[in-house]
Amino acid sequence: MAVETGTKKSWTMVQALNEALRRSLDENPKTLVMGEDVGRLGGVFRVTDGLHKDFGEERVIDTPLAESGIVGTAIGLALRGYRPVVEIQFDGFVYPAFDQIVTQLAKMHARALGHIKLPVTIRIPFAGGIGAVEHHSESHEAYFAHTAGLKVVAPSNPADAHWMLRQAIASDDPVIFLEPKRRYWDKGQLDPNGAPELELHRARVARTGTDLTLIAYGPMVKVCLEAAEAAAEDGLKLEVVDLRSLSPVDFDTLEQSVRRTGRAVVVHEAPVFLGMGAELAARITERCFYSLEAPVLRVGGYFAPYPPSRVEDAFLPDLDRVLDAVDRAMAF
Amino acid sequence: MTVDSTAGAPTTAPAANDGPADAGPPELVQLLTPEGERVEHPDYSLETTPEELRSIYRDLVLVRRFDAEATSLQRQGELGLWASLLGQEAAQVGSGRAMRPTDYAFPTYREHGVAWCKGVDPLNLLGMFRGVNHGGWDPDEKNFHLYTIVIGSQTLHATGYAMGITKDGADDAVIAYFGDGASSQGDVSEAFTFASVYQAPVVFFCQNNQWAISEPTEKQTRVPLYQRASGFGFPGVRVDGNDVLACLAVTRWALDHARTGQGPVLIEAFTYRMGAHTTSDDPTRYRIAEELESWKLKDPIERLKAHLVREGWADSAFLESVEAESEQLARRVREGVRTMPDPDPSSIFEHVYAEGHALVDEEREGYLAYASSFASAAAELTDGEDD
Ligand SMILES: Cc1ncc(C[n+]2csc(CCOP(=O)(O)OP(=O)(O)O)c2C)c(N)n1
Ligand SMILES: [Mg+2]
Repeated sequence: MAVETGTKKSWTMVQALNEALRRSLDENPKTLVMGEDVGRLGGVFRVTDGLHKDFGEERVIDTPLAESGIVGTAIGLALRGYRPVVEIQFDGFVYPAFDQIVTQLAKMHARALGHIKLPVTIRIPFAGGIGAVEHHSESHEAYFAHTAGLKVVAPSNPADAHWMLRQAIASDDPVIFLEPKRRYWDKGQLDPNGAPELELHRARVARTGTDLTLIAYGPMVKVCLEAAEAAAEDGLKLEVVDLRSLSPVDFDTLEQSVRRTGRAVVVHEAPVFLGMGAELAARITERCFYSLEAPVLRVGGYFAPYPPSRVEDAFLPDLDRVLDAVDRAMAF
Repeated sequence: MTVDSTAGAPTTAPAANDGPADAGPPELVQLLTPEGERVEHPDYSLETTPEELRSIYRDLVLVRRFDAEATSLQRQGELGLWASLLGQEAAQVGSGRAMRPTDYAFPTYREHGVAWCKGVDPLNLLGMFRGVNHGGWDPDEKNFHLYTIVIGSQTLHATGYAMGITKDGADDAVIAYFGDGASSQGDVSEAFTFASVYQAPVVFFCQNNQWAISEPTEKQTRVPLYQRASGFGFPGVRVDGNDVLACLAVTRWALDHARTGQGPVLIEAFTYRMGAHTTSDDPTRYRIAEELESWKLKDPIERLKAHLVREGWADSAFLESVEAESEQLARRVREGVRTMPDPDPSSIFEHVYAEGHALVDEEREGYLAYASSFASAAAELTDGEDD
């Protein structure tokens, strides 16, 4: 399985997430894993592989096929003192639970004037790039981030996936945990006996640079790092900020970066219109107005349903589209 | 073929089917045993001619052959995914043939056999599995709605469509297909409620293939699924889903019940998913081989074949001709898929709205300009090479 290099080993994101669930189940008997096919099968992506065997079906629960039911009962379990970690099988199947998430889960703590806590983590494999059929490639982060009462995070690599999931499960607030499914099989170094480098809601400067800040999260961080690498060959030094947390957003890290570089391009798979980029661009403009050499540009999906897989490459931001935006920003 | 839809057909589900869950195993409506013996059922009769039986047999064989071809096309990389109907041919062909052309079907993603009976070109079904479209046929052409992946949703659409039929004063009916797993969705319960309250002419056809990916039916229900109907106030029937004649007879009765203003019916077709959930699935992780073996003995095609042969209604020439026809179909499908063109990327912006939308137009233009910048760059490059 994992390959040893010093104290750290190489893990795929799936393995890193699995280990995070395992440790969370181990550390707290109130932690539950629930969802469709998470038991014997180990989830369609095998993120829960082996947990059913090791923790039993009282704690790793194959639920009936009803997302509203899954989230609704997770809320009830949380009210009874449990810490449910819910798996939604694919992004497009969270919508039947949308009501429970947005009108119930997000608001209950406030309605009870803080007397009750809702430590529910909702894991969702999200975004595209795996050649799937309809409803398996959605980027719906903005809906959740737009909802006060929810925290929303999206790791980009195995180590972050691991630590952020453990932090999310430990959080007393509901967390929407978005897993970039096309990075599930990417490898990275991780020592699960160590400690997280960052708090859950802090951004990370994934690559330093001086000419422009690329801002991304989840699946697009890798694309941005590759774009920065390519730009370096042309003498451009791009900084890449991995946002990690979409609500709350670590605007301080963003501000520090953009004040230095004077330019920013936000990249996500979700449609540009009213996507995360809109909020980020507005905030950066407010905070860094006098440092900006160009408007904050956005690269993202189009205002259209996620397309059939044979044309998804045209929909998804890639190296060329990121560099095209970089060129436009630099030309201002 | 004729079905005696008045004399033998009950207006409510037979008592045997309405018993409590602990009254032993529920009765399964069956007209053709796994050994291919024709049996009578007191409530559901069916008269058929040898010609009709041969035609049903042909449907079953062609549908299975098409399905097998799609599976191998997926293996060859021509399709991104395939959801096989293997084992469920009788449930689909039986119910599919029970519909009139004006009756409307609302399928899941696995109703290839129903599509066949409705006259949808099998090649049309493959577009979404190849990844060139999300459906791609005109649902109204054959009264076969688009495949629906989000489980359960279509049961509400079917119910609403059926409510419209009533408002129109028409005598068409609708079949809503769904699975044992989908039966847990709130949408399905809501569809039952609406259909019952409005006495909508809809037949809920649940293919209980025993599995929802890795979850056995016991994860969804403690009572036989057909019994759910009684709580909503309409009849439920469990039919042998591997018996094409029983599926045909029961669905005909249910459609008649619905179209004559007597309200919805729930049919639970008791069958088995012989293959993986989809080509992405590995069922050896969660189910035992013996289960599969025992269901092999109930194969829907073998039993009809045995019946036809025993009665002397199918000779080897007939069987061979069906075989040959199925190979021809497979060839057509294979060639059709391999030459199925990829859509133009700019098609992303097509049909987003019926009336158009300024932002879509703007982004289409932006995309085309961006794409053509590559074309001109490439052209410059080739010009350069020519020098
Ligand atoms: C709302 C929703 N949740 C989850 C899924 C993922 N999913 C696809 S098929 C399936 C199992 C469905 O089982 P069943 O209804 O029995 O139909 P079958 O596949 O056996 O024909 C699941 C969980 C989905 N498509 N839609
Ligand atoms: Mg099923």
